[in-house]
Amino acid sequence: MAALRLFLLTFIAVPLARVFAGTDVFGRERLPRVGPAIIAANHNSHVDTLLLLTIFPVKTMARLRPAAAADYFLRGPVLSWFSRNILGIVPIARDKAGSGEDVLAPAREALTRGDIILIFPEGTRGDASDEMARLKSGVARLAEAYPTAPVFPIWLEGAGRVLPKGAHIPVPMNCTVLVGEALRWEGDRNAFMDKLRDSLLALREQAPPQRWR
Amino acid sequence: MLDPSLIEIRLPFGLAPLVEARVLLWGLAGVLILLTAGALAAMLLPKLKPGKDYTNLRQRVNSWWVMVALLCVALLSGWLATTLLFLVISFIALREFLSLAPMRREDRYVILAAYLAAALNYYFIGIDSYGIYLVFIPVYCFLVAPFLMACIGQTKGYLATAATIQWGLMACVYSLGYAAFLMRTPVSEHLPAGPAGMVFLLLVATEANDVAQYVWGKFLGRHKITPAVSPNKTWEGFIGGWITTAALIWFAGPLFAPLEGAVRIWMALLLPLAGFAGDVTMSAIKRDIGVKDTSTLIPGHGGMLDRVDSMMFTAPLYFHLLAYFSLQRF
Repeated sequence: MAALRLFLLTFIAVPLARVFAGTDVFGRERLPRVGPAIIAANHNSHVDTLLLLTIFPVKTMARLRPAAAADYFLRGPVLSWFSRNILGIVPIARDKAGSGEDVLAPAREALTRGDIILIFPEGTRGDASDEMARLKSGVARLAEAYPTAPVFPIWLEGAGRVLPKGAHIPVPMNCTVLVGEALRWEGDRNAFMDKLRDSLLALREQAPPQRWR
Repeated sequence: MLDPSLIEIRLPFGLAPLVEARVLLWGLAGVLILLTAGALAAMLLPKLKPGKDYTNLRQRVNSWWVMVALLCVALLSGWLATTLLFLVISFIALREFLSLAPMRREDRYVILAAYLAAALNYYFIGIDSYGIYLVFIPVYCFLVAPFLMACIGQTKGYLATAATIQWGLMACVYSLGYAAFLMRTPVSEHLPAGPAGMVFLLLVATEANDVAQYVWGKFLGRHKITPAVSPNKTWEGFIGGWITTAALIWFAGPLFAPLEGAVRIWMALLLPLAGFAGDVTMSAIKRDIGVKDTSTLIPGHGGMLDRVDSMMFTAPLYFHLLAYFSLQRF
């Protein structure tokens, strides 16, 4: 199944991403080649996941695990199979957050296996207005639980125009991926979240104006 | 019996043999030799003059190999391959333009329609429908796109967006289409190197103009010519490039395109001007948007738009001069 996943990512997802999003990457040399590592990006579209899955070399691709909402991506057997085996998600039961259940356990296990977790700390897709929603602290708790894993802030510009939330027909538009310097867990949750937020906003400043007027 | 100016190239895998003008093959060989010289220079310069960063030069030369290879294969394969290549070039250029230019979120599907218009533009070239090609984007897209936008109903910023879409279609799709349409010239027209020879000369003259302007400006440049738009351009580069390209067209042009009589003078005089104009116009747009390059698609060069900006202006001028003076078909 892992071979099928790599095949589909290389021969379907990569060409799709190049046609529909062009995809310029700034700071490509910073991208981690091996896990455990955490990628924290802003979120406006399903295209965000497509972009993040297709900018890595094939060797690293097998290690990428998008953290995804279980209530959305595990609906029905077909989507569930696709999410687990092709997207390679680690499910997050966001409806159970705060209930005492350990919703981050699957993500931590993946890090233990040496995987790279892709996480969208905004929690859900935004409206492609280039504003960033309040960041949820799950990423900080993950970094705390796994302090050896560096956290890479990534700003994704333009993906919300290719396929905004609620739309069904994608429109080709150029997108840009900006990779920031890795952050390390230093013992304080709020300070970590502030640093992550600042890094993402600083990356946004460097993005080309691939946004609606 | 084959005309002595032609040569038959046999292909493997049972493909039909290609019949090409000998002089076109010499021209392509000349480009490859120049490129090899450039590649050698890019390898030797860091050894002769160490200490400087030659990454950009190396990337530029490497990208030229890819671009030259694609164009060679397309030109030798004929009109269909060339038309498809220009369709891809136009699509990428239009995507870059509409992604950076100020567009409104309501216009998403108008942008999709613009890509469809680009495909139709090349379809009309494919079915050799010159009359429809001439009016499709300049008249009918010009009318229909604003109507679609009116139907969508967002009137804030309406006029500026409608104009932006039309500019993108004209520059990235319609203008570049002329280069592909040259390939549809019938061989009965006594062309010195076939239709591909004409496109070859357009590409070589346009790119030579870009390179010559850059080189003259680098060595002699003193006086800025467009300080507010493109501060690196100088009068010395502009005039040096003009003379170099005019000489190239004057001496080598008649080998590849039907440039007899007045059209030879006009082409040599005007084509370098058009190339400069395209470059400066695109620079003004990029300055307005606030970007230096339109993407990083072509390493060392920037985006597709950065590469084809001068051709947006040279392709129609080249086509129309030939159509007016030399070609019966158009």
